[in-house]
Amino acid sequence: MAVKATDFLILDQATGTYRENPEQIVRDDVEKHHWRHVGETIAKDWRLYVMLIPMLLVFLFWRYLPMYELLGCFKVSDEVKPVSEQLFSGFSYFKTLLVGGTGLSMEFWRALRNTFLLSFYGLLFGFPMPIILALFFNEIQSNIVRSTCQVLTYLPKFMSTVVMTSLVTMLVKQGSLTSGMGIISQFLSSIGLISQEVANAGLLNNPNYFRAIYQISGIWEGAGYDSIVYFAAIIAISPTSYEAAQIDGAGKMSQMRYVVLPSILSTIVIMLITRIGSLLNIGYEKVLLLYNQNTYVTADVVSTFANRYGLQGANKGLASAAEMMNNVIGMLLVISANTIARKASDVSLY
Amino acid sequence: MKRKLETSELIFKIISYTLLLIFSLACLYPFLYAISASISGRTAVDYNQIILFPKDVQFDAFARMFNDNMFWNSYSNTLFLTFYGTVWSLLISILGAYALSKKRLLFRRFFNFFLVFTMLFSAGIVPQYLNYLATKSVFNAVGITDDKWLVVIAMGMAAMNIILLRNAFEGVPSEIEEAAIVDGATEFQVLRKVFIPMCSSTIATVALFFAISRWNGYFWARQMISNSNEHPLQVFIRLKLEEFTDSEAMAGWNEVYASDSVIYALIVCSIVPILVIYPFIQKYFAKGTNVGGVKE
Repeated sequence: MAVKATDFLILDQATGTYRENPEQIVRDDVEKHHWRHVGETIAKDWRLYVMLIPMLLVFLFWRYLPMYELLGCFKVSDEVKPVSEQLFSGFSYFKTLLVGGTGLSMEFWRALRNTFLLSFYGLLFGFPMPIILALFFNEIQSNIVRSTCQVLTYLPKFMSTVVMTSLVTMLVKQGSLTSGMGIISQFLSSIGLISQEVANAGLLNNPNYFRAIYQISGIWEGAGYDSIVYFAAIIAISPTSYEAAQIDGAGKMSQMRYVVLPSILSTIVIMLITRIGSLLNIGYEKVLLLYNQNTYVTADVVSTFANRYGLQGANKGLASAAEMMNNVIGMLLVISANTIARKASDVSLY
Repeated sequence: MKRKLETSELIFKIISYTLLLIFSLACLYPFLYAISASISGRTAVDYNQIILFPKDVQFDAFARMFNDNMFWNSYSNTLFLTFYGTVWSLLISILGAYALSKKRLLFRRFFNFFLVFTMLFSAGIVPQYLNYLATKSVFNAVGITDDKWLVVIAMGMAAMNIILLRNAFEGVPSEIEEAAIVDGATEFQVLRKVFIPMCSSTIATVALFFAISRWNGYFWARQMISNSNEHPLQVFIRLKLEEFTDSEAMAGWNEVYASDSVIYALIVCSIVPILVIYPFIQKYFAKGTNVGGVKE
């Protein structure tokens, strides 16, 4: 974790010079050299530590104890015994998943691939959308028109995942004897983008369309809201920068290229790091609510794989092993994305 | 004097206006369609005769919802979870963030890492599920048999929100705190009388984040709450959707409104309260994304 200069130095208002932060010196001194005084220091300041305790307990019980349960991936699954009493099985679940050669390992690789692809397409199509929207918002001079557009585009973000997926399900649902297909399917088939049969069978039952539905609904839901950050960066640009560029003969496109983009670059980098870092941590709720047996080929991700085998089935160890691999790779991605960004541009998240 | 627009600028403006208009309308359309479909007659809904405006208006689908006790039940459960959940999460986050914001706290870096690590690595849903089962048996042993309380207490802590609060508390000038201490304020009084009022907008933002995640909570509520009387609204909606999109079960549907109208009515009912408070909370929402920037 980066250490800020202000942790150690305080600006002395009277003299205008920096001096060392006495609290910091005391803290470092006690932590490093005077272990015997730790109790004393805490006792003197006990209220502060009492405030900390509830938070630490909640995180310990519901964030760190699950990590202990995760060790079940090295043990023989048992419905009754706790993890500590289960028999050690080594890496057998990992072997089954990675090189088992069975249907199970194929399913796992498919889930890993889908997890990556869903996020990657999200990065490719979903990431630029808010930036483009923010650039467009910037073009609109009328405040009323702009804020109306902004309010409308933020709207879908305020629905829960369940409501959003229910709406999507209804809009592209299959036709049956008693009722027609969803209105969006109807529209797409009437303009000839998809055939009548495909639309009538329900787009969510067709593996070829799952990714498109996932990404488009993601953009619909999040692009407007995510543009807030970029728009805030754009309106912070001083008008003099534009004027200077105009005097130098820059047209609209050159202004975009040489004034706007450099100004919002750091925001873009931060957002990009978060996205790359979370390539493998996609929200399982949305997939879980949208997928079904027909679309496992393109829709099944590691979390839903684990959900199927661990929660609905009884193979907890296997499911834990799958999640373990996914989450460890995910963590490495976050850390490396962050390190690269820090080296390259002095922007980092942690 | 008004400057004449260059051609490239003009073209870009036209493109911006057009695409933005299309996108805004596309964002709005599903809601309008849901409203229209929920109050239209059966043939109009079943045979896709509605494009935007309702046809053969009826309110029976809404009446069906409003006469359903389970619907009101789930609504009150959601309010329960949202209220107590937000209060609980916020209380713990404020106390913890306040302690973390103090430079004199021993092992501060360790505590910070303790938080941030949960953002980097999560155990996954199966270990979490096992952990909740274990906690549930502990809760039952001490006499809390209501699953709602387990959801309130165990769910919804977010390290990111605590870090937002910590950063806000760090921004309070130390002179003000010192002045309060000189006046004889204890640690709790400093927090209550100085820090909370001075960081009220960040606290409001974080409270909003907590409230929204509680209101929207679905997966764990469905996994953990076994009694269907205690299901929150999101679970209720999903169960209804699963029931109503099963075309075999719906073959004998015999009402003046389409079965789809019920789902649309449910969707409308769950969005309306949010739309009502939306204008008041929107500014906090916009603010929250900006404060979540770079720190340490």
